[in-house]
Amino acid sequence: MPNDYLILTILVFIPLTGCLLLVPVWSRVEWARRIALGAALLDLVLACWVYAAAPAVIAGGGTLPGFFLWEDLPWIERFGIRYTLGMDGIALPMVLLTAFITVIAMLVSWRAIKERVTFHYFLILVMETGIMGVFLSLDLFLFYLFWEVMLIPMFFLIGIWGHGRRIYSAVKFFLFTLAGSLLMLLAIIGLYLIHGDQSGAYTFGLPALLHTQIASGASLWLFAAFLLAFAIKVPIFPVHTWLPDAHTDAPTAGSVILAALLLKTGAYGLIRFGYPLFPEAARTFTPLLYILGVIGIIYGSWVAFAQADMKRLVAYSSVGHMGFVVLGIAAWTPVALSGAVMQMVNHGVTTGALFALVGMLDERSGTRSIAAFGGLWGKAPVYSFFFLLFSLASLGLPGLNNFVGEFLVLAGVFRVSPIAACFAFVGVVVTLIYMLRLVQEVLFVGERTPLPLADISFREGIVLGVMGVTVIILGVYPAPFLDLVSMPVALLTGGGLP
Amino acid sequence: METIAMPAINFAAIMPETILSVIAMALLLINVFVPSEQKAYLGYLSLIGIVVTFFTVIGGWGTPQEGFNGSVMQDNFALFFKGIFLVSAALSILISDQYMKREECNHGELYPLILLATCGMMLMASGTDLMTIFLGLELLSVSLYVLAGFQRDSLKSNEAGLKYFLLGAFSTGFLLYGMALIYGATGTTRIAAIASYVAQNSLAGSNLMLLIGMVLMAVGFSFKIAAAPFHMWTPDVYEGAPTPMTAFMSVGPKAAGFAAFVRVFVIALPTLRADWADLLWVLAVLTMTVGNITALYQKNIKRMLAYSSIAHAGYVLVGFVAGNAVGTAGIMFYMLSYAFMNIGAFAIIVLVGKKGEPNNNVEDYAGFGFKHPLLAVCMSIFLFSLAGIPPAAGFIGKFYLFSGAIQAGYIWLAIIGVLNSAASVYYYLRVMVFMYMKDPVEEFDWLKVSPAIALCLIIAVAGVLIPGIVPGYLLELAQKAVLL
Repeated sequence: MPNDYLILTILVFIPLTGCLLLVPVWSRVEWARRIALGAALLDLVLACWVYAAAPAVIAGGGTLPGFFLWEDLPWIERFGIRYTLGMDGIALPMVLLTAFITVIAMLVSWRAIKERVTFHYFLILVMETGIMGVFLSLDLFLFYLFWEVMLIPMFFLIGIWGHGRRIYSAVKFFLFTLAGSLLMLLAIIGLYLIHGDQSGAYTFGLPALLHTQIASGASLWLFAAFLLAFAIKVPIFPVHTWLPDAHTDAPTAGSVILAALLLKTGAYGLIRFGYPLFPEAARTFTPLLYILGVIGIIYGSWVAFAQADMKRLVAYSSVGHMGFVVLGIAAWTPVALSGAVMQMVNHGVTTGALFALVGMLDERSGTRSIAAFGGLWGKAPVYSFFFLLFSLASLGLPGLNNFVGEFLVLAGVFRVSPIAACFAFVGVVVTLIYMLRLVQEVLFVGERTPLPLADISFREGIVLGVMGVTVIILGVYPAPFLDLVSMPVALLTGGGLP
Repeated sequence: METIAMPAINFAAIMPETILSVIAMALLLINVFVPSEQKAYLGYLSLIGIVVTFFTVIGGWGTPQEGFNGSVMQDNFALFFKGIFLVSAALSILISDQYMKREECNHGELYPLILLATCGMMLMASGTDLMTIFLGLELLSVSLYVLAGFQRDSLKSNEAGLKYFLLGAFSTGFLLYGMALIYGATGTTRIAAIASYVAQNSLAGSNLMLLIGMVLMAVGFSFKIAAAPFHMWTPDVYEGAPTPMTAFMSVGPKAAGFAAFVRVFVIALPTLRADWADLLWVLAVLTMTVGNITALYQKNIKRMLAYSSIAHAGYVLVGFVAGNAVGTAGIMFYMLSYAFMNIGAFAIIVLVGKKGEPNNNVEDYAGFGFKHPLLAVCMSIFLFSLAGIPPAAGFIGKFYLFSGAIQAGYIWLAIIGVLNSAASVYYYLRVMVFMYMKDPVEEFDWLKVSPAIALCLIIAVAGVLIPGIVPGYLLELAQKAVLL
């Protein structure tokens, strides 16, 4: 249904408008901070409103079934490129997550960033526009455009405000992602030409491209190119090597956005474009994805266990957690896919919070080494409570969000490939071990070095409190979320894989 | 009494060339009376000339004019390229005055020479006779040799001029020899007549002279567009020439080379397509790869952009190899975007330098991003566009070129191109790394932006961003200008 107010466009471009507003107050840092936060909050409010109003408009549907908001305008007509945005039950949670995490990222870096502050917020807002665009575009050209736009601000965030080998990490991140996505661009062009030659109508629009008949050889290559681009972003073993560097060296806001949002775009791309466009080829690749997903879970957790730097530990735990998402997508059954989508949101909130927590410690003490801490429970009880909460969520404690997602994925995968599910379970156990070790070393062992550690401030309390509530609500009462996801998931898996 | 049949002269076909050369000669005269600190007025006059010429180019759109007994043809293809030449000439003139004054070599001859070079390029684009094309090429080359060596008291500039002259003369020899052989094989220099002669006598594939002529012409043109392995002159000449002239040389003459290259090969030698497409395939891959890999190692930003310009010639060759409407339109779109982004980048290089200290090393840009945020943003836009990142015109151009290649079935060529493009990002990013991520060494307090350069930057940024975001109109124009 083309909505009259272009709500999706507004969602995408509020942050960019906020950027423009930053220009006149560039040197007034306090104002700039508030304007940026205001823009992000406005976007969050709008996203929440869309969620609240969703049932009312859900009956409409665009050219694709299951989409309840739809915007379609001509753009470069000569090539059949249109400005098409659409929102369904999978895009909506991603949009909510994006708006939410952006606000969080701004709040956690409220005081930590002391230089070039306005530019920092400027980049975060540009990134929000890019990520929103990725989650909402239904035209492959438009999607690619937003996909690339996301990269640039993150490159600068890591390179300017990062730690350690920040420049190396920033360039590595950029080149890795770009190499993959350029091959995807070729695949997009290839698909466009195949479809155009077949039907006579050259278009980049997803609805039309879904009906393309592709020879199986060609479709394998095209899917491989898409898979590579998305696998680098997710990241799937063995193309994950940019992630530990980028996560570790990024500033806190950068790590939060990277982990919570950018990784999701890869998985989302597989769900929205990769699998639906090339179902046959995807079926061929499924065993590979199982294997790589399982390797990701076990390897990520195993390496996380060996880390001495807290941030690196959380970074490797991301590889493990995203392995579950990969497994859920590979299984492509309603249960597993719902679990994968849920796990995407869960990982966003939990890992985002863990990065924020590590960032707070780093801000206070200047170190992130696990060995430097100990006995925090006595010194900073509120901080420690949240640390414990999110660590438990991350290891999949029942009653908290990750448990639901992991359970659904494992239940779904078990039906299709019991072996993969069994191996994935091993990964769960390893996660349990390293997370508990982290909690023990940081919170409970006696104090090792006297560090000046104040408990959390009011601002940090709000950030962690809101995230904590989200973690608990999603864990205890996931039904509304799963209802939202169920229809698009059923539509996606309905005609496709077993 | 027998009347001498006058050849069909049609001045409408060379209207832009006529205006420019008249103005150039007038400027040479006026120059005598202009005191040396006011040479900028000559620049303004030549800009007016360029604008007027631009209007005749727009006015001629859609009505092909043939003249001089079929040796000149001003069609949309020629007009589109003429637009590119005029844009690159105008932008280069805008950045010239400040630089030339600073280096104390603001001689008034600069502007007429630029105009004459532009005139030569225009003849190359609209020439339909090998001789016309050669004439245009010579006019262009001779002007450029002087422009490259324009900084008389700079050793590097002299070296650049001399090197350019020697290698340019060498390459012209190849081109001319190729033309002579083709004349020998077909008995004509009109490119349309060559095609029909070859087709009628089915010379393709059997006539060795024709084949060698084609290869020699390809070599000659490859020198002009700086395609590997005929690119050796580029880095030295680009580094040594005065920066505004480097900007000019890296865009206009390259576009002119492509215009003539495409017209001769597509119109005169379509029957040999299988042969030259293979040849150009190899050239394209070599050019992209050599250009990009060598650029990775450059510390001097002018040399880096020189190698990058080699790589860009490679991307454009991809469109040429494709040979279809999309690929050929891609060449035109790309060259136009390249004019904006490359000259824009050179404008920043001009600004960062100071008298006697060109500050051409990448390290000299350390901290530039926060000392001069606006200029650095412009530079980033140009570099991202050169790297082919959306939403810049460079992305749309590459997209267009590679689409053409895929459509024509050259999938491997497109893959190699895309991988090259990914590798190229590294050296463009490095400049940004220095601008934004390193602590400043210099204060950049000498840096002043003259209104002319500011105008140049505004035009260049608009020329990169607008076609990047809404490319529809320009793509339409390029599509209408395709020769096929």
